[in-house]
Amino acid sequence: MSEPSVTDKPESGQGTASGNRARGVLHEILESSTLVVVMAVVASLAISGLLVVFADGSVGEAAGYFFSRPGDTFAAMGSALGAAYAAIFQGSVVNLQAESFTAFIRPITQTLTMATPLIFAGLGLGIGFRAGLFNIGAQGQLIIGAAVGAFVGIAWDLPWGLHLLVAIMGTALGGAVWGFIPGFLKARTGAHEVIVTIMLNYVGLNLVAWLLTLETFQRPDSDNPITPQMPETAEYPLILGSDFSLHAGFLLAIACAFGVWWLMERSTLGFEFRAAGANPHAARTAGMSVPRAYILVMAIAGAMAGLAGSAQVFGTEKVLTAATAGSLGFDAITVALLGRSRPFGTVMAAILFGGLRASGPTLQVQAGLPVDIVFVIQALIVLFIAAPPLVRSIFRLPSPANEKEVAA
Amino acid sequence: MSASLASTVPGPVAKGSPAASRTRSWKAAIILGIIALFSLVVFGLLTPANTSTEFSFAASTDFAQLPSLTLPATLAVVIFSVIGLALAGWTAYRAWQYRKVGIWLPIVYGMAIMGALLTWAGAGRGESTIQITGLLTSALFLAVPLVFGALAGTLCERSGIINIAIEGQLLAGAFLAALVASMVGNAYVGLIAAPIAGGLVGLLLAIFSTKYWVNQIVVGVVLNMLVIGLTSFFFSTVMTDNPNLNQSLGMPRIPIPLLSEIPILGPVLFRQSLLVYIMYAAVIFLQIMLFRSRWGLRVRSVGEHPKAADTVGIKVNLTRLRNVTLGGAVAGLGGAFFTVASGLAFGREMTAGKGYIALAAMILGRWNPKGALAAALLFGFADALRVQLGIIGSDIPSQFLAMTPYLATILAVAGLVGHARPPAAEGKPYKK
Repeated sequence: MSEPSVTDKPESGQGTASGNRARGVLHEILESSTLVVVMAVVASLAISGLLVVFADGSVGEAAGYFFSRPGDTFAAMGSALGAAYAAIFQGSVVNLQAESFTAFIRPITQTLTMATPLIFAGLGLGIGFRAGLFNIGAQGQLIIGAAVGAFVGIAWDLPWGLHLLVAIMGTALGGAVWGFIPGFLKARTGAHEVIVTIMLNYVGLNLVAWLLTLETFQRPDSDNPITPQMPETAEYPLILGSDFSLHAGFLLAIACAFGVWWLMERSTLGFEFRAAGANPHAARTAGMSVPRAYILVMAIAGAMAGLAGSAQVFGTEKVLTAATAGSLGFDAITVALLGRSRPFGTVMAAILFGGLRASGPTLQVQAGLPVDIVFVIQALIVLFIAAPPLVRSIFRLPSPANEKEVAA
Repeated sequence: MSASLASTVPGPVAKGSPAASRTRSWKAAIILGIIALFSLVVFGLLTPANTSTEFSFAASTDFAQLPSLTLPATLAVVIFSVIGLALAGWTAYRAWQYRKVGIWLPIVYGMAIMGALLTWAGAGRGESTIQITGLLTSALFLAVPLVFGALAGTLCERSGIINIAIEGQLLAGAFLAALVASMVGNAYVGLIAAPIAGGLVGLLLAIFSTKYWVNQIVVGVVLNMLVIGLTSFFFSTVMTDNPNLNQSLGMPRIPIPLLSEIPILGPVLFRQSLLVYIMYAAVIFLQIMLFRSRWGLRVRSVGEHPKAADTVGIKVNLTRLRNVTLGGAVAGLGGAFFTVASGLAFGREMTAGKGYIALAAMILGRWNPKGALAAALLFGFADALRVQLGIIGSDIPSQFLAMTPYLATILAVAGLVGHARPPAAEGKPYKK
């Protein structure tokens, strides 16, 4: 079954070579798309390395007397690069200089915490991509979900356990409504979901900015648009104790990944979603309702993005502000693309990008680099992944006889 | 955009009985009527009794000073709204006759409803007057990046490439304009640098979508992220270390002799900076080139039916590559608005979503330059209104005014207002 791909099929026919010839193991490895992913990451890290070198002051100084002592320039480059890559590793995997075990493993737990909202939103977007829908609206769905959840968290007084459950359902519901709108408009009027979701991002952001000026949401002791901290009954419990910020939202995200896998691979509904994405005409001929699939897919994707909001509001930040969504919605697009819209891939991609985000403070402190370099790496990875021929030509890899397109 | 709200759908006309298959379109009349009624009831009731609103038309350097106008608030709101209702009625009458209404109608209607809104907002504010000239001037100024962005989108989409990266092109233009202008010490040099940055982003978009057939929306979104990352990175490293690489240089306003002395419109249109005059030229030039030149015909054929274009010898992918790069350059020039044309230094993510509003303006403007200009001016006006109402302390939450461009676009693409039809081959890569 072919799926909508990042690499669009060209309009006119493209001769497919008869593949499946016996070939050596080496060739298979060289042609595999996993290798392309790895190489894309390598190429992105290398290119951003150039930025690091360029921005580093001591490299510039040493380059000033490059011709008298060229060694200094390369030494300065090396130390700048070394500091940057070491900071990324120590900020996202383990801290080798730590004095206690807690500090030693804190970076990896931080990575998983940062990955949690990306897993949720990335899973939702992945469902959309496989159904042929480009949902650019995770940003808006996330913030609206977070706002509904925050309302439940602050305004309702419920016992421990039930409160969190209801609040989480609130975030999912808020996101689902915000996802339903473009799905419904697409199904009924053919309005392009890309445009509608982009516009709804800004409508949602403004709506939440306005809600934050209302008394219900406003923190009593502050003039800033920020809610009070969520009550303890509406917070995700910490998994590894109070030393770590990793919360139960991560477990829920993993559970959702299994749920999405079951939905897409094992259920009739998931089959309909994939059919609507692969060939809407064939799906209609087979008696499936494509508009219904569009609406459901967008609502589910919205609900997942809303859950990403719950990870922020009830887990990581514990408050709602207009900046709660940050750039999570757009980051989640890259997560879903890198993970090829498959649940397992999405979780892995989210952990990779979560790790990059988690290394932000370490990059700043140890290497003196702004966190923005992380976004550059992230964007480059996705650009390379999306264009396998480019990566192959950079690394002189043989192209597969049967050009397989990268599934979104 | 609302000019064509009233147009009846021509449809396939049966031979002999032209009226038989035509349908009356009541949508426009109904929408205009509802808004005017809303204005009458809500603004009419909310306006405090026995108050007045003062409108001021003067600009500080006017040749002939116009006196300001003080209107009795309630009466004025009612009159404005009734004018709106009458125009809605006229639209309904024309629809019943299967006739169109002229372009004057939506303009007069818009002015009437805005009059009602402003009268209500300014009623009983005492000292605060509604600055009409100031409002229009800032509306035009705020529309500048939107116009350039929408022109860029039009250029790309007319050739069949979706340009989600307008935001990135604006930001890249803003960044390089500030950087180069600061290095040289002359704001005008920024106007040369900005299109280069935007053009490069456009070129990347073009290469990935024509050579590697990567989904154009994916490339656009990722390019935006890349430009945000790159500019923020250089902003917090190189520019922070060397503040003289990021200075706030301004461009003076250049009043055009005679024209700038026309009351009200003169200062608004002809007392602006060079970038605004370039914008006028760009809109007129592209409008003529796209619809009246051989180049334009070729571009549009590539966007509508690439296979047919290819058959007659037009190089489809080359045309797309050129157009998208040119479009990127146009958006980049618009990016200069944020830094050198506004007299500001570069700031992190300073375009703040204007690229997406430009995309909206392109859609509302139906993929043509003059429509893009009208839609961008409308959005610029909404933005200026938000600022003005904030100053006089209105009760309307500014967030709702900020939302209007986005809501208008959703209504447009959903076919509730007008009908938005993109070029047919948009978003589809072409390979022989």
